[in-house]
Amino acid sequence: MKSKLMLVILVVLTVLSVGAQQKEIRVLLANHPYGDLLKAAIPEYEKATGVKVNVESLQESQLTTKLTTEFATRSSTVDVFMTRPLQEAKMFYKNGWYEPLTDYDFSDYPKNALDVATFGNKAYLVPLVTEWEVLYYRVDLFKKAGLSVPTNFTELEMAAKKLNSADIAGFASRGKGAAAVTQLSSYVYNYGGTYLDKGKAVFNSKEALDAIRFYGKMLANYGPAGITNMSWENIMPLFQAGKVAMWTDASVFYGQIVDPTKSQIPAENVGIANFPAGPKGNTPYIVVSWGMAIAKQSKNKALAADFIKWATSKELAKRGMLANITMARNSAWKDSEVRAKIHPGLIATQEYAAKNGIPYDRPYMSAVGEARDLIGEVIIESINTGGSSAKLESLARDKVAAVNSLLEDTGEYGVY
Amino acid sequence: MAIKRPKGSFLEKNLHIIFPLPAVVFVIVMMLFPVLYTLFLSFTNWNLTSGMPLSIVFLKSYQKVLREPRFIAALGRTFSFTALAVAVETILGMIVALILNREFRGKGFTKLIMLLPLVSTPVAIGIVFNLFYDPTIGLANFVLTRFGLPRQAWTGSAATVIPSLAIVDIWQWTPMIALILLSGLASLSSEPYESARVDGASEWQIFWRITLPMVTPTLLTALILRTIDALKTFDIIYAMTGGGPGYASETLNVMAFKYSFEYFRMGQASVILVFLFMLVLFMSLLIVRMRKSLEL
Repeated sequence: MKSKLMLVILVVLTVLSVGAQQKEIRVLLANHPYGDLLKAAIPEYEKATGVKVNVESLQESQLTTKLTTEFATRSSTVDVFMTRPLQEAKMFYKNGWYEPLTDYDFSDYPKNALDVATFGNKAYLVPLVTEWEVLYYRVDLFKKAGLSVPTNFTELEMAAKKLNSADIAGFASRGKGAAAVTQLSSYVYNYGGTYLDKGKAVFNSKEALDAIRFYGKMLANYGPAGITNMSWENIMPLFQAGKVAMWTDASVFYGQIVDPTKSQIPAENVGIANFPAGPKGNTPYIVVSWGMAIAKQSKNKALAADFIKWATSKELAKRGMLANITMARNSAWKDSEVRAKIHPGLIATQEYAAKNGIPYDRPYMSAVGEARDLIGEVIIESINTGGSSAKLESLARDKVAAVNSLLEDTGEYGVY
Repeated sequence: MAIKRPKGSFLEKNLHIIFPLPAVVFVIVMMLFPVLYTLFLSFTNWNLTSGMPLSIVFLKSYQKVLREPRFIAALGRTFSFTALAVAVETILGMIVALILNREFRGKGFTKLIMLLPLVSTPVAIGIVFNLFYDPTIGLANFVLTRFGLPRQAWTGSAATVIPSLAIVDIWQWTPMIALILLSGLASLSSEPYESARVDGASEWQIFWRITLPMVTPTLLTALILRTIDALKTFDIIYAMTGGGPGYASETLNVMAFKYSFEYFRMGQASVILVFLFMLVLFMSLLIVRMRKSLEL
């Protein structure tokens, strides 16, 4: 009886060890154009290295959920994953879920992109994709109305008013509370405000509230119906169906807007311009929206490090650029083949934002999910009242207090 | 005839334990453990954003969460959504069942068609209804304007979002109530009907005095199932609005999801889930008791 048991154990162990000898890593990607590009390219990597890459693709918030549950329960077998620096890096770093990247060459990345990748003096993630806020507009409608592209908020409002009709919304931007926070940020910056200053919430300043009121007025008067439940995934189909004349959102959507299989608007009728200036100048956000990291719990760190070098390489960055994905590497933007192919509006707005932009589009804190919902309440109140709400100040004051107490709970209050 | 068991065989001796064992283990591991673990978490302050290990705070999380206006609003919404959806489903389900209880051509085909919403994936339903409800390019407003009716914001406005979501639930679950009721109606004996007709009762009187009382036990079964399910609705709300605009369609389940996977307040999220669990349990017991008292 006993010897039989021993035999079974021996067989199981042999099978397991043979299995371990076949090199494998597990990679979690986002449903993002770059994630798709990687997924398609991974067979090349497998062929070249003999390492089997097990890929899973998830929608961005589900990716966070999956990573969080796996890491928090210490049962993870994830080796490499895509990560959103501004949304989750602080929390992931605090919980010790990132492996420091000690021998990665970061010389090809802009400094402000590395800011969000570094904690203490170590880098924990490789910046992949950057995005900045731009103004998408319909070239044909502007021509017909005899308008020039707005360069400031006053012109933006005048253009929206003129282009707005029963059939076409003059202007659109995200209205769905938490989702709107990132796109509102450039408005807040251009009015001279910000979300967090020196580790304290300050979005109830006069400047920030002026921006929130302007945003609410624009969306209430010229935005599509039901805007308070709309994020980019609801606005994009409207733009593609020709129902929106101007749209402020992240640069990353250009490729999809002009995709002839999805859009009814020919590419030549879609313009990209710099985000309009506000009373206090023009400093739109430019952020690292996606990065890639190695899991601290990974048991295949050498393989993971090799994979991440390949997945964030110059060659793949160039391929990303040619697929209209705005990559973080400096060299990707200097490549002549890329510059010849990519929309000049993207190049021009990237250059402007890289020079003048702010590397945050949301309050940079661990409890950012909840903070976005709290700021979202102020945004929705402003949209619902066309920017004229009498209680906006007191509402914003309450929410600032709530965000500050979140900062206190996580030990980040006054820390910067 | 007594079965002879070979002596000494462990398996043979303990068959009465071994055969039900997989089911018992399944219930313990997959059902009991998660419930008990959630209960345990609800007494802790586990919060991933702080990066601190969890510590036990007993009822502190309960005191905090159960007093929050957002929680009370979500509780109210959970009830209003359930009441609206289940009430309409019951009435419509009854009407449909009464119609289907008659003989007509294509009855089998109609019943088959009615099964389709039940077997559809909730998230797919959510996505399709979102397109349907889109205030600008959606079919719903197109139809309304064709009939000269004003456009609606549907899920885009706090005022209409709960009824709009309830419509989706009604679309999906009315057939289930109808089919349950239909089986109840089919099993009724025809004698009371015949004597009532002889006595000259009207159709309405027959329905009200005979059909309804006789079908009530079945009706209550359907009601229990639907109420429990509707209280726990998560999929279509999460897929369609994520609880928005603002928190206007946030029910307890959606709130618990946000607390756990967007705010990472695991302890407090568990409080909401324990509360919802108790609520569903209480509602089920209430309906079961009601059913028993009616049957006496």
